[in-house]
Amino acid sequence: MSELATLPTRKDEAWRYAAVEALAAAPLADWRTIAVAAGETFHECLTIGDSEVAEVRRLRVSVADGARCELFGVIAGAPYARIEVEVTLGKGAHFEMGGVTVGGRDTVREFVTRVVHAQPDGTSNQTVRSVHWGQGTGNFLGNIDVARDAQKTDAAQSFKGLLLEKGASVNAVPQLEIFADDVKCAHGATVGQMDETARFYMAARGLSPEASRRLLVQAFIGDAFVALNDDDTRERLMRMALDKLDRHL
Amino acid sequence: MMLEIKDLHATIAGKQILNGLSLSVNAGEVHAIMGPNGAGKSTLSYVLGGRPGYEVTGGSVTFMGQDLLEMEPHERAAAGLFLGFQYPVEIPGVSNVQFLREALNAQRSARNEALHSAGDFLKLAREKAALLGLDMEMLKRHVNVGFSGGEKKRAEMVQMGILDPRLAILDETDSGLDIDALRVVGDGINAIMRQPDKSVLLITHYQRLLDYVKPDFVHILSQGRIVKTGDAELAKHLEAEGYDAVMAA
Repeated sequence: MSELATLPTRKDEAWRYAAVEALAAAPLADWRTIAVAAGETFHECLTIGDSEVAEVRRLRVSVADGARCELFGVIAGAPYARIEVEVTLGKGAHFEMGGVTVGGRDTVREFVTRVVHAQPDGTSNQTVRSVHWGQGTGNFLGNIDVARDAQKTDAAQSFKGLLLEKGASVNAVPQLEIFADDVKCAHGATVGQMDETARFYMAARGLSPEASRRLLVQAFIGDAFVALNDDDTRERLMRMALDKLDRHL
Repeated sequence: MMLEIKDLHATIAGKQILNGLSLSVNAGEVHAIMGPNGAGKSTLSYVLGGRPGYEVTGGSVTFMGQDLLEMEPHERAAAGLFLGFQYPVEIPGVSNVQFLREALNAQRSARNEALHSAGDFLKLAREKAALLGLDMEMLKRHVNVGFSGGEKKRAEMVQMGILDPRLAILDETDSGLDIDALRVVGDGINAIMRQPDKSVLLITHYQRLLDYVKPDFVHILSQGRIVKTGDAELAKHLEAEGYDAVMAA
């Protein structure tokens, strides 16, 4: 049974930029729960490609002492798409996430995370890159909770948005609740446009406007997959995002 | 005729910078353009390269029989024009090797020439890097990111060697170079461009690069037009006496 008997509304902080009306046509998925045993590594790629209806993936992971959870995702389809992750970290556990949203028209694509550092010595690193055009929107709502006992927590969150056209938008909502006193929590969010100086430089070397745009977008979203050690998977995720852009050009 | 500029007028942000500049460059010639700050030297290079924002308001430019001003910047590159930047642009996330191979193949594709395989390209890049005394490892790094001023200028010349243009417009390639690097870069320019079917337009403030790359003609640019033309001796007079004295003579 879904935890939400009724559809969420934008009054819910975690749904404030969501296209909640799009959910009427598609039932909200249940949470998938995963327990990662001490010392183990859980690794998964989540992708949302072409779809006519809203797509929501929800994952709740508890990561035991010294274990790792690695999630990499691309959201490139559906009128409204959301990957929502709640992670609770044990002692010395690590959470790594890299996410990319791309899209145009009036689509809304978002990553929503809550990382709970429940025990000492946990680390987490989240990198989200959003590239949008048309009236498209990309969001990253990232909560980091550090419990009173979770000393020596090291948590980092980075979001960058790239807007290819006027009318597109991105929203970044970092929320840090820290109850321990000896922790490092870093978060950064920027939004920008194509570097036209770089594009002229690239044109002066022979690259067409389409080629330079693709190369710059590739470099931009590549940040999200730096921690992904599997070249084939990285290639597949990058291609999924770039293909979406190519179809727009 | 390699390049024929006739009565060129250009503005940037509505401000007149080039005021009837005329210049003819034959194949096999090296021309130096010198001039005080604000004379229009960099504007000339950007207008020839097709940089957005530089508006041609009169005159013509013919490059190997084609109307240069009708061409897009990347088409100019494919036609054999190379613009060496005064301030080479950093492109985070894009390696030199990837950038230059894509650029070279884009040019070759536009000219209906066979594309370079990854292996062939690396061989070519290694050869040109060695010519300019640039460590091949630098070419595996991101374009100009973390390069010193001198390394950027060497890297520009490696790019020129790889792309093998017909006409190189080098905008203050000597700035930021120490004495040793100046000789290496000068020798590199000679090795790459001192050919019967190639030409160079050297834009510089100082005589010192001209000790290594001997110009056939030296032009003084002032207030957007060429006010004096001579041979290599003219540059030496300038160095000794200054612009005001030489222009008044």
